[in-house]
Amino acid sequence: MSLRATVRALPALLRAGVAEAVAYRAEMLVWVLATTMPLVMLALWTSAAQNAPIGRYGERQFVAYFLATFIVRQLTGSWAFWDINFEIRNGTLAMRLLRPVHPLFAYAADSVASLPMRMVVSLPVAAVALAVVGRQELTQDPVVWLLWPVSLAGAWLITLFVNFIVGCAAFFLESSTKLMDAWGIFFFVLSGYLIPIDLLPGRLAAIVDWLPFRYQIGLPVELMTHGRSREEAIALLSRQWAWVAVTFGVTVVSWRRGVRRFESYGG
Amino acid sequence: MIRVRDLRKHYRVHERAPGVASAMRSFFHRRYKEIAAVDGVDFDIGAGERVGFLGPNGAGKTTTLKVLSGLLHPTGGEVRVDGHEPRKREDAFLKKIMLVLGQKQQLLWDLPPSETFELNRAIYDVPRPQFEATVRELTELLEIKELVKRPARTLSLGERMKCELCSSLIHRPKVLFLDEPTIGLDVSMQATVRDFVKRYNERYGATLVLTSHYMEDVAQLCPRVIVIDKGKLVYDGTLDDLVTRIRPDRRVILRFSRPVDAADLVGLGRVVRHGGVQTVLDVHKDEVNGVVARALAQLPVSDLTVESPPLEEVMGELFARGRAAPGPTADEGARPPGETAS
Repeated sequence: MSLRATVRALPALLRAGVAEAVAYRAEMLVWVLATTMPLVMLALWTSAAQNAPIGRYGERQFVAYFLATFIVRQLTGSWAFWDINFEIRNGTLAMRLLRPVHPLFAYAADSVASLPMRMVVSLPVAAVALAVVGRQELTQDPVVWLLWPVSLAGAWLITLFVNFIVGCAAFFLESSTKLMDAWGIFFFVLSGYLIPIDLLPGRLAAIVDWLPFRYQIGLPVELMTHGRSREEAIALLSRQWAWVAVTFGVTVVSWRRGVRRFESYGG
Repeated sequence: MIRVRDLRKHYRVHERAPGVASAMRSFFHRRYKEIAAVDGVDFDIGAGERVGFLGPNGAGKTTTLKVLSGLLHPTGGEVRVDGHEPRKREDAFLKKIMLVLGQKQQLLWDLPPSETFELNRAIYDVPRPQFEATVRELTELLEIKELVKRPARTLSLGERMKCELCSSLIHRPKVLFLDEPTIGLDVSMQATVRDFVKRYNERYGATLVLTSHYMEDVAQLCPRVIVIDKGKLVYDGTLDDLVTRIRPDRRVILRFSRPVDAADLVGLGRVVRHGGVQTVLDVHKDEVNGVVARALAQLPVSDLTVESPPLEEVMGELFARGRAAPGPTADEGARPPGETAS
């Protein structure tokens, strides 16, 4: 499967992905509701910070943080593991393997294709965030803003690759969905999705620096809400991209071994 | 076009006895057994041929098809499809073939089939004018012009299979592997699919390899059949020849103008069914003329039909022989490896 053929097919893959993403309006509504956890956390944390700030977070800071979390989650989310797991289990992966396009690119294209619909949800939230908390709660440093899309791309890639790795586990396990559930527990607690990383106990926060979770959500959010200086941002970005490289490597190995197994046993 | 030598595909499968204790034991210590799904199969298929793979469940038909399409890696032997080694799944190879699995679909479930066609056009890099001409032709042949605009999930099984076939042929594959393409379809839809596949083969000279449990599919589509049983090739030749070898009988159906006693049928052949005004006899093919002449002379025959025994019965008998005797059966019918049917 050549890269050239894959790149040539990318616009069609994206078009089909967008068409699929908008096919179900009711499902879309349910999906939006399912991703509102940061808004729930926003309500909880702002209420907790009513009398006194918690760490560096007062009410306005919490609002800015969790609205940014909501936006970052919308822009970096991926559910590719679900499709991979399903297609390995019921054998339809065979149909993908027989096309001259790498299946992982097709899954990635599906993930990218859902972005326009997610933008429809996240852009109004961004507008509300700006109106409610004002620009002063957002990073003012233009260099950090330049680094933000890089962190966003890194966050998306780590999330996508983790999805690929967990999805590929279905080559070896009965089902990999439980594995994603287990990952989800750590993700929710250690990514900054439910609790800002700098509110975690000192030792735990230091450990979290070396784990991939915070680079999926926390880092882009911190860069948006002036949680990090330029120097800190660059240091954290280098760790984030190290995780991109690691998860990419594990993806490649898992996929190759998994497909070899699939080729031994058939779909 | 297709060359297969000493193809072997062995699986290692986990096995355990029923019960909780066995389940617990197998959690700590697994026992495996090696299964020879395909065990030393040889054949050649020429360009433009239509070949049916027959065999009982688990005989190795689908495994062979998956090896030929590059989905499964063989344990041993040599496989070439139009000069390619399928297991490598090179782009050039993938653009020449298509595997249609009757029980698995490639249509985008939530979108109209036309979207899948468009996607396949891009994936297989089909020039736009050729794509439009192919879609026009296939949708007309399959009578699905209106269906392709409706989401795939709203189509019936038969409608989906027709769209599936259309989508599979967008890049005009030179080799078409069909695994149970008519499964679950009603009789008329089966006939439509068969007719379409045959026309595609004739129009584009595509090579066709088919597996199906519906003998009618094989009888209508495939002048040549390869029978696999227990992973071994037990027959490779024409369908007519196979039928003659396994059941050298003809089925003679007699209808009478008035009820006839069973005793009057003695000596005519083996009575399969007798219902007074109609009887069904199995008669050796060399004796058919004599039996028919005697029946016409002695009995009040109002109608007479002579036909081959049903293919299902022939295959049932062939597979029953296979179960009774280990190893290849009907060896006398197998052609030497490498010889291609004409």
